[in-house]
Amino acid sequence: MGKFSNEELLKKISDQFSDQVSVIGEPFGLLTLETGREQIIDVLAFLKNDPTLQFIFLTDITAIHYPEQEKQIGVIYHLHSLVNNVRVRIKVFLADGDVHIPTATTLWNGANWMERETYDFFGVLFDGHPDLRRILNVDDMTAFPMRKEFPLEDPNRVDKKDYFFGR
Amino acid sequence: MSDIQIVDAPAGVEGAGFFATSLDKAIGLARANSLWPLPFATSCCGIEFMATMASHYDLSRFGAERLSFSPRQADLLMVMGTIAKKMGPVLRQVYLQMAEPRWVIAVGACASSGGIFDTYSVLQGIDEIIPVDVYVPGCPPRPEAIIDGFINIQKLVKTETLRRRNEPQYQKLLASYGIQ
Repeated sequence: MGKFSNEELLKKISDQFSDQVSVIGEPFGLLTLETGREQIIDVLAFLKNDPTLQFIFLTDITAIHYPEQEKQIGVIYHLHSLVNNVRVRIKVFLADGDVHIPTATTLWNGANWMERETYDFFGVLFDGHPDLRRILNVDDMTAFPMRKEFPLEDPNRVDKKDYFFGR
Repeated sequence: MSDIQIVDAPAGVEGAGFFATSLDKAIGLARANSLWPLPFATSCCGIEFMATMASHYDLSRFGAERLSFSPRQADLLMVMGTIAKKMGPVLRQVYLQMAEPRWVIAVGACASSGGIFDTYSVLQGIDEIIPVDVYVPGCPPRPEAIIDGFINIQKLVKTETLRRRNEPQYQKLLASYGIQ
């Protein structure tokens, strides 16, 4: 089976989901789509199960924080069609106070730790996840450190001021 | 002639056929020259410590021949490298498993203060969880600096009293770390 172009991929998706999926861009040839949390699992399931597309490999689930946007938290899925050697990226943006999104563990078991990591660092709540708790940080941490609101350095400490180091 | 230096005897009363000193000093001498370090190496400082142990710098010249990875046998904990917050409880448990008397060296900027990693995941100095006797500066420190820290520990060991563990200040120090 040969490679298919982004146009063909996009046509198949828009045939299925019409205007529920929009294109954000195509940086370096990587088709980047945006959708909502209501249809994200349907979109992922379609991409995975469609006999020609076969995006069977969930490369990554991660998130991003854009404090200046109305919907600040973006959850990002990277899929790879191993058969066709084509990648696609799907983003879902969520408002800060309402960071719920359905879990992808129903489609890929490997989503389990990816979603735990995304919860750990960005506080995204994956509804239906079997074990949504911190994975890399200490359990008693209260903040989500990869959000831009998290201070890079502790503002109260004085022992690392520049003048102590001749700067 | 051999150029081996033998450790000087502690101050005491000396005469023909006898030598008298206090038990503190005799035991301090023995302890200081037979320290058993426990290397807790997590990053680049650990590599410098490997050089310190190897033939060029040869830590065993100081009686620290037997590096022990068993906290029950070791009496000097050498923490070398970045300690992540998640590693904190592990390091603390290693310290707790060591029997008294025990000493701690924090080698390098990370173990001493978190170093350049002023961030959410890194412990900002191991003295937040365990008491430290000697801090070795540097990022990473050269083997000479580690040896200097080691010699400073030996000075401490030589001069401290046998009853250090029972002293109220020491109890207070440990209590401030939540240890008994």
